[in-house]
Amino acid sequence: MLSSSIIALSGSTYEPPGPGDFFLPALFGPVTKPMALVVIAALLAFVAFYFMSRKAAVVPGRLQFAGEAVYGFVRNSIARDTIGAHDYQRYVPYLFTVFVFVLVNNFFGVVPLLQFPTMSHIGYTTALAAITWLIYNGVGIAKHGPLGYLKHQTVPAGVAPWILPILIPLEFLSNIIVRPITLALRLFATMFAGHLLLILFSVGGEFLLLHYDPRALGVTVGLVSFLIGIAVSFLDMLVMFLQAYVFTLLSAMYIAGAISEEH
Amino acid sequence: MINQLFLAAAEAAEDEEPNPLVPHLAEIILGAVVVLILWFLISKFVVPNFERAYAERTQAIEGGIAAAETKQAEADAKLAELEQQLSEARHEAARIREEAREQGASIVAEMRQQAQAESSRIVEAGKAQIEAERQQAVTSLRAEVGTLATTLAGRIVGESLDDEARQSRVVDRFLADLETGAPGVN
Repeated sequence: MLSSSIIALSGSTYEPPGPGDFFLPALFGPVTKPMALVVIAALLAFVAFYFMSRKAAVVPGRLQFAGEAVYGFVRNSIARDTIGAHDYQRYVPYLFTVFVFVLVNNFFGVVPLLQFPTMSHIGYTTALAAITWLIYNGVGIAKHGPLGYLKHQTVPAGVAPWILPILIPLEFLSNIIVRPITLALRLFATMFAGHLLLILFSVGGEFLLLHYDPRALGVTVGLVSFLIGIAVSFLDMLVMFLQAYVFTLLSAMYIAGAISEEH
Repeated sequence: MINQLFLAAAEAAEDEEPNPLVPHLAEIILGAVVVLILWFLISKFVVPNFERAYAERTQAIEGGIAAAETKQAEADAKLAELEQQLSEARHEAARIREEAREQGASIVAEMRQQAQAESSRIVEAGKAQIEAERQQAVTSLRAEVGTLATTLAGRIVGESLDDEARQSRVVDRFLADLETGAPGVN
């Protein structure tokens, strides 16, 4: 923070990181780095969990145990606890897919050489949020019927009738329109900000170490910048996990809200 | 930070930097397709395996518990049976002991009775024998005494007392006198 304002005021050739750093030139043809990464992430997630689950032994080996830890976390702690033991099983595959896919893509942000969180491109989070939106509205309509579902989502139970004209548009806005937008924005923004911070501390630190004048101040602050960068990396890893968890949990909660009997 | 963001925004305006908040259609489509394929693969090949493992594990644990319960029930039944047998054996032993005691008592009583009967029989027999012998002695004495007395009297009175009838009448009278204590002919 301190270093960046110094740089900004110093008027040197340093260019602070910006959105431009997230739009790298295409790898080959029209294929960009995040495009390659989503495909790699999906392949990696499927292959890894396929091999972890393949044996399906009663007494799990090390691999299966690791796979079951992740699967059990999504299945029991997210899906079952949120949706309820009666019909959570239908949604476990999707929630598990979302969790694993987002988690792997997020962690690409700290994997050496890859080092790019795919979800810092809002297009991918939009795709995920759109699928979640389609699913929870779809299962809600399938359960309550189109009008019943609309009433279910917009008319809260036990509210005085005179307040309904204000409440119904608000509920519609928050439950049907804003939900997918916040879902997409939250994941995008956290990954974008995290990656921006990492670029700032590493590239800025490099500039300070090598080019800043006076040298003594530059080297000292540059080293501090790298140390902070390492600390921020760990913080970012926590955020990467949390955001994958939050996205999955919110998807589960939206589904639970859509199919609940009455809230 | 804010300072820097402003700077970045200014630069973005200058360099025609892309707006990160505008999603690219290609990325939405690619992301959706990849997620849908992954969803399909995971629900087809990964989730069933994990669920099968869960189900088998649950079954194994429940089966183990059921087997243990069966074993426990068998053991309980066996124990109850053995206890039943033991108490039956105890009853049997007590019954046999009781019977033996009763039998012993009755045997002793019977023996005592027999011994008493035997002893009284022996006493009776002894008495009878003595009586018979006495009777015999009296009879033989009476005959002998009669003969002796007659002979003696005959010698004394010089009178032959050969007549049998007379003889015995005299003796009898004499004896009767002796018995009454009255003075005889002397």
